[in-house]
Amino acid sequence: MNHFAGIDVGASTTKAVIIDKNREILGHSVKDSGADFKAAAEKAFAEAKKQAKKKAEDEYFVVSTGYGRRNVSFAGDTKTEISCHAKGSFYYFPESHTLIDIGGQDSKIIKVNASGNRTGFKMNRKCAAGTGAFLEEMANRLKIKLEKLNELAEKSEKDVQIGSYCTVFSATEILTKIREGVEVKDLVKGIFHSIIKRAIEMDPLEGNIVMSGGVVAHNPFLVSMFEEKLEKKIFVPPLPQLTGAFGAALFALEEKGG
Amino acid sequence: MSQEKISKIKKIQSTGHLRKIMADYFYELDRAAKEGSPKVAWCSSVGPAELLLSLGFVVHYPENHGAVLGSSRKANDYIPVANAIGYSPDICSYLTSDVGSFIKKETPLSRAYEGIEGVAKPDVLVYNTNQCRDVQDWFNWYSRELGVPAIGIHTYRNIGEIKDEYLHSIVKQTENLIPTLEKISGNKFDVDKFREVLSLSRECTLMWKKVLEANAAIPAPISFFDATIHMGPAVVLRGSPQAVEYYKVLLEELNEKIKNKDGAVENEKFRLYWEGMPIWGKLRDLAEFFIDLRTAVVASTYCNSWIFDSFDPKDPFLSMARAYTEIFIVRDENFKENYIENMVNKYKLDGILFHDAKTCPNNSNNRYGMPERLAKKLKIPSITINGDLNDLRCYSEEQAKTNIEAFIEQLESR
Repeated sequence: MNHFAGIDVGASTTKAVIIDKNREILGHSVKDSGADFKAAAEKAFAEAKKQAKKKAEDEYFVVSTGYGRRNVSFAGDTKTEISCHAKGSFYYFPESHTLIDIGGQDSKIIKVNASGNRTGFKMNRKCAAGTGAFLEEMANRLKIKLEKLNELAEKSEKDVQIGSYCTVFSATEILTKIREGVEVKDLVKGIFHSIIKRAIEMDPLEGNIVMSGGVVAHNPFLVSMFEEKLEKKIFVPPLPQLTGAFGAALFALEEKGG
Repeated sequence: MSQEKISKIKKIQSTGHLRKIMADYFYELDRAAKEGSPKVAWCSSVGPAELLLSLGFVVHYPENHGAVLGSSRKANDYIPVANAIGYSPDICSYLTSDVGSFIKKETPLSRAYEGIEGVAKPDVLVYNTNQCRDVQDWFNWYSRELGVPAIGIHTYRNIGEIKDEYLHSIVKQTENLIPTLEKISGNKFDVDKFREVLSLSRECTLMWKKVLEANAAIPAPISFFDATIHMGPAVVLRGSPQAVEYYKVLLEELNEKIKNKDGAVENEKFRLYWEGMPIWGKLRDLAEFFIDLRTAVVASTYCNSWIFDSFDPKDPFLSMARAYTEIFIVRDENFKENYIENMVNKYKLDGILFHDAKTCPNNSNNRYGMPERLAKKLKIPSITINGDLNDLRCYSEEQAKTNIEAFIEQLESR
């Protein structure tokens, strides 16, 4: 077995990463998870294979992760996304650290020690607060495309606070602020602030901080705002949205790579 | 986790005996309610049941009915009914599911026991606030609805040391219940009868304790999920010889399992403590999930909460006051932490699972930093899952299971 893959079937997107024995990423892809996790996993894997320029007869050992991890029929093993994110994050940042992963449906705070072992983790509670789903709902309310949020927030020079925890209440608060004449760019920055507050509430953010996940990948300004808030540099892996899938590929290599 | 799925819950042979004595209990209650004699008292689960039994009442425990509604997965049919009449979705879901089922005139007992049409109507409602304030509000609803008196004992809560003045107050409150209970039951209070019931309750409680302590063995012979069912007699039949007899039978079976190293979880790898309420509608599902994870949930605050070792027939009022005050739920954070620490050591546990039950703050001990303090002190990790005892609207299955699975992966990587 020379090729190892990680498939992270998340609530919003499905990510695939293919690595070789040297942990080099040969191919990767991100697809919408949609309503058919199995199909999304196959599509993401096919595209990653295409990018990796591998022959059809090449064999892979696959580890799946994420909400839909059990829907990946071609996976040889499964791991939770918490273990995979920690694994992927430690590869790029091999020191003790706290990882903040903001995904589509949940956010996680994961503590990793200097040996790369997890010492604890917390996931957001049931609701959407502080997750990608929260951003999606807010963007929808403001009739803005998700990919425009980052540049809008960057332009803001004001500090607008969204106080509510609940996503529905936050949306109502936004409507009030629109009525008061608050500019959209300031509202978006306020929404970013809200995500940061939710993460800070989850666990003490001590020591080195690493951030990953789709929200971070598409909104680098959120990381800058977080750095300002914590008054420290935050490390972001090269492909932040693929951290879990990459971690799963590393598990695949560990398991079958000799 | 690539392990082969095993998911087989091992049978406990004594279950047949359990079903028989529970059926007898429900039929006896039903008969009393239909015939009007003996009188029926409803009692909160850690209320002064022994006093009621000594006065000749047959006793129904609404919390037990709440658990029946939860485990039969009927609670969510009834909770919204109570919500609609002003009982918030944020308060005890035993209360809301029980009240909702009463309003809809339905109970899973009818399905389980032929001929039983409803819960036995009370002649009196007797509570002890040692569990929470909700029991009082719960019983008061029935009191208004049915026109029967709700009387009770108000326990000092969140206490460390148990002071004499607390107990004296509870003794006085208990004695004050007697005239009303005598009038309703038509029987005169007899202290010797009270001693006798208390003595049987003590025997039951000591046997139940031995059953739970059997799990100090590795592998553990009974899972937390099974234990929540087998504690039925300790809740509703304490004070009777049947409960004592049952636990003798069950203990014998567990001792045999210990001898044969026949654990509830095949190839037990990890041992956990369950802190908080069961998730009644998910008992089987979670039992199978943990079996697949080779993890035994060995001990729990919940099952331990029906151990009342202070009962002393020589001093029935004071000892009952003490027994019902010294339970975990009544105590302060320091007591609770020390208690769990003892459990972790006694049962050689690898981790602690806290269940944050949305509608039961008094049984959700994760909310004031205890998991973090215990992790630091005991050097073992803990996990908190969000859910509820009865209201499955508050339980996110995928999230809870991912959390648990990730926790086991963390234990594996140590």
